[in-house]
Amino acid sequence: MIEHVLQTLPQVVIDGLALGAVYAIVALGYTMVYGILELINFAHGEIFMTGAFVGTALFLSFSAFGWLSSMPMLLSLLLVLVATSIVTGLLGMGIERVAYRPLRSAPKLITLITAIGISFLLQDFVRFITELKKGNYILTGPSLFTGQVSISASSIWSGFHDASVKSSFFIVLVTAVVMMVTLDFFVNKTKWGMAMRAVAQDRETAALMSVNVNKVIALTFFIGSALGGATGVLFAIQYGTIDPYIGFILGLKAFTAAVLGGIGNIRGAMFGGIVLGLLEMFAAANLPIISNGILGAEYKDVFAFSILIMVLIFKPEGLFGKVSIEKV
Amino acid sequence: MKRKKVFSIFTSATLAIGLLTGCSADKTSQTSKNNGEAGGGTVIKIATQSPLSGGAATLGESIKLGAQLALEEQKEKFEKLGFKLELVPYDDQADPKKGVANAQLIGADQQVLGVVGHLNSGVAIPSSEIYEKYNIPMVSPANTATDVTDRGLKTVNRICARDDFQGPAGAKFAVEKLGAKKIFIIQDKTAYGTGLAEAFKKGAEEAGAEIVGFEGITIGEKDFNGVLNQVLAKKPDLVYFGGMYTEGGMLIKQARDKGITVPFMGGDGMDSSTLVEIAGDAVKNTFITSAAGVATATEAGKQFAEKYKQKFGKNIESYSAYGYDAMAVLLKAIEEAIKANGNKLPTREQVADAVRKVQDYEGVVTKVSFDEKGDNKYAKIYIYKFEEATYPARLEDEVSK
Amino acid sequence: MKKWLNVLEQNKRLQAIVIAVYIVVTFISLYLAQKSVVAFLLLLSSLLLLHFTTFSHRVKWVIGIVVLSVLLPLAASQGEAYQSYMEVATLVGIYIAMALGLNIVVGLAGLLDLGFVAFFAIGAYTYGIFATTQANNFMPFGQYPLSGESFWVFLIIGCIVAAIFGILLGIPVLRVKGDYLAIVTLGFGEIIRIIFNNLDKPINITNGAMGLASVQPPKLFGLEFMYPSQFYYVVLVILLLTIFVVRRLEYSKIGRAWKAVRENEIAAQAMGIPLVRTKLMAFAVGASFSGMMGVVFAAKQTFVDPTSFTLLESITILVMVILGGMGSVPGVILGAALVTILNLQVLTELTNWLNQLSLSGVVHIPDALSPAKMQRFIFGVILILFALYRPQGLLPAKNPRFDEKELKSGATNMVDGKEGAKDVYFNG
Repeated sequence: MIEHVLQTLPQVVIDGLALGAVYAIVALGYTMVYGILELINFAHGEIFMTGAFVGTALFLSFSAFGWLSSMPMLLSLLLVLVATSIVTGLLGMGIERVAYRPLRSAPKLITLITAIGISFLLQDFVRFITELKKGNYILTGPSLFTGQVSISASSIWSGFHDASVKSSFFIVLVTAVVMMVTLDFFVNKTKWGMAMRAVAQDRETAALMSVNVNKVIALTFFIGSALGGATGVLFAIQYGTIDPYIGFILGLKAFTAAVLGGIGNIRGAMFGGIVLGLLEMFAAANLPIISNGILGAEYKDVFAFSILIMVLIFKPEGLFGKVSIEKV
Repeated sequence: MKRKKVFSIFTSATLAIGLLTGCSADKTSQTSKNNGEAGGGTVIKIATQSPLSGGAATLGESIKLGAQLALEEQKEKFEKLGFKLELVPYDDQADPKKGVANAQLIGADQQVLGVVGHLNSGVAIPSSEIYEKYNIPMVSPANTATDVTDRGLKTVNRICARDDFQGPAGAKFAVEKLGAKKIFIIQDKTAYGTGLAEAFKKGAEEAGAEIVGFEGITIGEKDFNGVLNQVLAKKPDLVYFGGMYTEGGMLIKQARDKGITVPFMGGDGMDSSTLVEIAGDAVKNTFITSAAGVATATEAGKQFAEKYKQKFGKNIESYSAYGYDAMAVLLKAIEEAIKANGNKLPTREQVADAVRKVQDYEGVVTKVSFDEKGDNKYAKIYIYKFEEATYPARLEDEVSK
Repeated sequence: MKKWLNVLEQNKRLQAIVIAVYIVVTFISLYLAQKSVVAFLLLLSSLLLLHFTTFSHRVKWVIGIVVLSVLLPLAASQGEAYQSYMEVATLVGIYIAMALGLNIVVGLAGLLDLGFVAFFAIGAYTYGIFATTQANNFMPFGQYPLSGESFWVFLIIGCIVAAIFGILLGIPVLRVKGDYLAIVTLGFGEIIRIIFNNLDKPINITNGAMGLASVQPPKLFGLEFMYPSQFYYVVLVILLLTIFVVRRLEYSKIGRAWKAVRENEIAAQAMGIPLVRTKLMAFAVGASFSGMMGVVFAAKQTFVDPTSFTLLESITILVMVILGGMGSVPGVILGAALVTILNLQVLTELTNWLNQLSLSGVVHIPDALSPAKMQRFIFGVILILFALYRPQGLLPAKNPRFDEKELKSGATNMVDGKEGAKDVYFNG
């Protein structure tokens, strides 16, 4: 049994990293918003999904215009990423302005409900636009980056099997890392980043220190949503086919990752995402082997949710978070 | 304060208007009923129930359009007999609750004399219990699960083959013609997918193959790397998938990306142009068993495909012709019942009996004779292979009972 | 308009006349025009009018029961649409009871539970497993399926089993605060659904995705309840009991404890309310209503499978509670009725109407925008609009008002919140 597990380990690790990178960036969006507003932005998963659709639509129109074959793929990817990020960033800002800002003083329950409402709205909105254009809400984008790369892990140790990777994996991983490093730099080393951290720590005092709180919050939403949208494009490249309901489960798991790492903590979210991706991939590949056929691969979602419940019960502040004392 | 009040009144008013418009829909149908009578002809309605939204919408829509075509073609014949035919399409959204709720509405509408549907066996089974209560005959173009007719209801019939025929037929082909000794089975954990996969498993074991894995996936998922890693580890000669084209397409694509080169095999749920769209080039070397034959193989079939394309602007799918034939069988039975009833409107029981009595009906894509359970004696299973990334695939083999 | 309403308010006899005339008119129109869904809905809304009148509680209840159990079925029974109406009414009843359960958890105790449908599933499967041949697979004793007579016993059993699961869920999530609680309960709802979908190996408990078919309908002294019209009475009786229990709970010590916890947990604790026990009670009671209705649902559908218990169901019930008014019993009843009728009848009829229009070539609405598919969109819009502009819902919750003089004189006659606050409502 152990040899089986070890044999597929390289492949599992690579797949887990790809999945984990996606979780990590989406988790960033959740954690940033929670840090500033103490609000779980339910709609963030749908922003990710919207990004995937916008990106795929852009790719499809590129190929319709014939630009796709004339440009180097990386260039078109870059263009699409930038365009999608801007669109989803603006979408996120718009949502904050319309639905969250008026409710800043309302009880948390109401804001959560609004977030759920927006999530449903976005899902259906994307669905019927896609259905109008295509007759079906499943959208398949053009295949990019389909080169196969084989990593011969068996040369490292004979117990490993070779891992076969699509070249889109590298694109996803590299882009994800670039985005995370940039964000880290932005938050920790620039003035606006400092403003964001200040508002997250204590909104009123930051306002007293002449920080324009509204602008900072809008900026946070912009950045979080832009990143989420860009991840959507990466997701679309990796899997090729998307539908309007991918945002929901993925959003939930990304939230789990954010909580795992410590909600409000940006590095924690990145770490949590990668760990969750690896764990989930490991479970999907090996659960039946470990449990002797009782639990099948379909339990991998249950696995992810159970992790969430465990973390919340035993260490609610997450791996890297600080225990927050509730003051009366 | 005032603005809020105005707004809340506005919202409640909108809700009220929404309710009333919805209700006035019935008023319109009432007046149309009156118009129908005045226009010279009692109205006979046939309902269709299939998923017009969701992951199986391509197939569900094709059933509705096929049935619509058949109904429109026979409108004149029925008008000469003094009856006006109407089609009432329902969307069951592949959800048993919706199917049951729609079935109640259908049952309540006395003008409906028959139903063409469903696509998903999991929806057909509870809905057919309602049809049985109201004595409305149901002719299914696409339900393959054995339970649909095994319950011995006298109003449930189907013109396609059953899963306990489709599964073993596929298994025999896989073991004998493709020489598969080790098979890995994946299913989508729905009533259809699990049933088909189990039938295939039984057939494959009887044919002497070894089943190296039987795993499930969830519909709506996109990432099948976990299951595919298991497939990589077990190294089978063939991978079988019991499920629909959405997941099947992604599975095939991701498997090829991982370097799994063995042939794939699937059931009739994968028989759709969207499979090729999703999987792209990876669909080569994929086999499917289908209860739907190649409609364009015969002259009548080619004409049907042309008429379909002309009227709806779309190419036919696998089940378009079956929807057409199901509606045609139903209409034939209604015609017989009318004649047997002295050219007057027959009751639902009379229609249900007439449907069950249909023997040797030549449809566009299949011959129909119902046995005592409502299954089609002439149902065949067809085996296709995707040699290129185009739809429809090439016919490899035919298996009859 | 205001003057009219004032006059109406003061004069009880005038109210009686208005209500009676209204009921009679809608009754006759339903009797005569069978297919008219409008008449059906108007007859139902006579209950809403009843709510606004100033009769005493007892009178209102009597009139309401008479309308529901006698007038409505009598009027509807004249035509073929009888079963269809009764089916809608039965489903409305089931959802009202579930919404009342969620109302206790969300509205009274302030715990946002997004996995509420899990308890519904538990109740449905409890009855489903034992009322079909499924239980033969793992039970060492007994002959299954149990006959329909056991349905009544299973109502209680379903209640208890769901309550137990409610407590089991509650224990870990208690220390988790508001926002996290929503996510955890959501995850739990999904977990239950996935588990039920997969519990067919190694021992086949739920038959996985294939579902349990041919569930035994309930039997009472040999009479089998097959048709929606018969089920309607079962649901009506259970619903009335539920409303009674909820009202009693709301105005009791535990109800006040829940409201205190909802407003401010720490202050409530400081006042000596046992936090853990209060929250667990809320979960257990809410879950038990849901479980009981699950049993009824399974018996009615005669088919149980995991696709009936998705997140969309939980959100639907949440919409009912928000729409009606969190914490308010009449509000939740109204919300549940509105949403169920919207879902089942209005959207489908609207779609059919639009289909007819496009088939006859008058107007062409593309398939994608068909109202039956726009369900999520409409729910989303309702949630957002109500959360932004009317968070207290259509019929907001009222606190009971006490008449000072009567209290001082030592009498314990409580002037119920509705009557005392009526002035505020109509004038404010």
